Amino acid sequence: MNRRLEKHRIFDNVFKYITIFCALLILVIVLAISIELFLNSLPAIKEFGFSFLWSTDWNPVKEKFGAASSIYGTLVATFIAIIIAVPFSLVIALFLTEIAHPSIATPVGYAIELLAAIPSIIYGMWGVFILAPFMAEHIIPPLQSLFFFLPIFQGKVIGGQGIFTAGVVLAVMILPYLTSIMRDVFNMVSPQLKESAYGVGTTTWEVTRDILIPQGISGIIGGVFLSLGRAIGETMAVTFIIGNSHRFSFEIFREGNTISSTLANEFAEGADNPLFFGVLMELGLILFAITVIMQLLSHFWLKRYGVKT
Amino acid sequence: MKNTLYLIISFCLLLTACKKDKHNSSQTINGAGASFPFPVYSRWAYDYHQKTGVKINYQSVGSGAGIAQIKKKTVDFGASDKPLKQAELEKSGLIQFPTVMGGVVPVINVSGIKAGELKLDSTILANIFMGKIKFWDDQEIAKINPELSLPHQEINVVRRSDGSGTTWIFTNYLSKVSSAWKEKVGNGKAVKWPVGIGGKGNEGVAANVKKIEGAVGYVEYAYALQAKLNYIQLRNQDGNYVKPEVVSFQAAAANAKWSEAPGFYMVLTNQPGAKSWPITGATFILLYQKQSNPEVAKNILNFFNWTYTNGDEAALKLHYVPMPDSVVKLIRKKWKTIEDLKGNKIWN
Repeated sequence: MNRRLEKHRIFDNVFKYITIFCALLILVIVLAISIELFLNSLPAIKEFGFSFLWSTDWNPVKEKFGAASSIYGTLVATFIAIIIAVPFSLVIALFLTEIAHPSIATPVGYAIELLAAIPSIIYGMWGVFILAPFMAEHIIPPLQSLFFFLPIFQGKVIGGQGIFTAGVVLAVMILPYLTSIMRDVFNMVSPQLKESAYGVGTTTWEVTRDILIPQGISGIIGGVFLSLGRAIGETMAVTFIIGNSHRFSFEIFREGNTISSTLANEFAEGADNPLFFGVLMELGLILFAITVIMQLLSHFWLKRYGVKT
Repeated sequence: MKNTLYLIISFCLLLTACKKDKHNSSQTINGAGASFPFPVYSRWAYDYHQKTGVKINYQSVGSGAGIAQIKKKTVDFGASDKPLKQAELEKSGLIQFPTVMGGVVPVINVSGIKAGELKLDSTILANIFMGKIKFWDDQEIAKINPELSLPHQEINVVRRSDGSGTTWIFTNYLSKVSSAWKEKVGNGKAVKWPVGIGGKGNEGVAANVKKIEGAVGYVEYAYALQAKLNYIQLRNQDGNYVKPEVVSFQAAAANAKWSEAPGFYMVLTNQPGAKSWPITGATFILLYQKQSNPEVAKNILNFFNWTYTNGDEAALKLHYVPMPDSVVKLIRKKWKTIEDLKGNKIWN
């Protein structure tokens, strides 16, 4: 009996150390990545200093590099994706949890999860062959004439490829994530609360507005930040459709680039030149920093919200 | 992204580690670099493998990566469309030699214009890629194409988004013929493009030109044929309008004085000659002069020796221009300077 207990104890201990080791490993990896990125980007940091962040120059021939167009493209494309995807996924999730009969909700739910499993290169192909020409023909011209007074909506668009189209593809890509998170969040709201609300005669919309969303807000925001993380680093699909131009312009329909598309495009070239390589590494470091800031913001936000409710 | 990046890097390291193991068999040669000659290299590698059982692994990762990988010794040979200068070769202990020549071709997608109909000269081409000429019915273009009815269509420039030897050859030409281009943009595998969208690889540019109306781009000739793109006629140094085809690439190559080019540093853009295609280029192989594994080196040289002797037909079929015999003679002479670590010659 004693021996068996002893055995259990040892096993427990070993298991504990394995878990500690694995957990620490994650920390070590994160730290190692950031140190490695920093060390490799030193040549670029020394050369350009902080002006790298807002310099719009990108001239590999003269070895002048600036990250402004990449940072702008990354943030704007991600922002557009979120703006489009959040309302859509909210509505889909509501339909699935509140309105649809299970016989419909289940297959639709599976279909949405299937969307998440499609490789990003497929989204890229779809974007370049179908969505971009469609945008050039039917979406961008009307938007440009509708918002003729907004300079950022103007500019010549080539074949529908640009930051906005990239944002739309990203929206489709993060839609399944957002939807399934929101569906799970809504499903977790206590049935008694919902039932009693319906009992006193509220409409579905009122239940949504006053119960589902306030109850699930922390989950929803968590989901938004999670999909933000995916959208911000998405590479292949974006590289296909963003137009890959380093010329800085605020105009959102025009060709641009993101940090990850730049890395994908220039890596082969940069490998040959320490300064160029440093520039690419620094871009990686900036992307890393952006994701960390997003994470911190989401934690901060959730904490504040958690206190309120 | 950060994860993906590191995954890719570690994967590459893993791959190269595997490669090193394979060296022991010496029946596999690993090379990497330019995508421009990839179609013909893979054809040669296939035929050679059938004949001799020696496998040539060629990764078309781009000229920049090819140079970087041979410098880091992760491959047995590197390949680049951009020749290295003699000083750089000496500094890193490399030798270089050309394998084939080919043409870079401006391609267009303009409604009503068929392949080979539109004529352009170097100034117009430079101005189009600088965004100074914005419409296809621009006066300058109309003046030299009186027989064509040009549409009032916007010009959409498509170029490479990745670092590329094709871009190097193309911008080398534009820098030679346009001082404005030389000053503002310059010559490189990646440059600061004044206008246009970027497609990844020759394929990416071809796909975009095919799809986007009013597009103009540049690709290696084989890709233009493959994608059935409409090429143009270009005015050469002698003032003649020439079509891109093997004959005109050959004409451009004919003037090259390889014997006077130290380290085979030779750029074939804007060559004289009545029939010369102005945007012609050679593609190069990079090898270490001191070989730590003589068996592998011998295999590499055997392979390229075989391609010079038996590979011309396959090259021509894919619209590349084989090296003339006089140049091959020079190359074989150069090979005699390759030694193993003890100083023994590898090629006799």
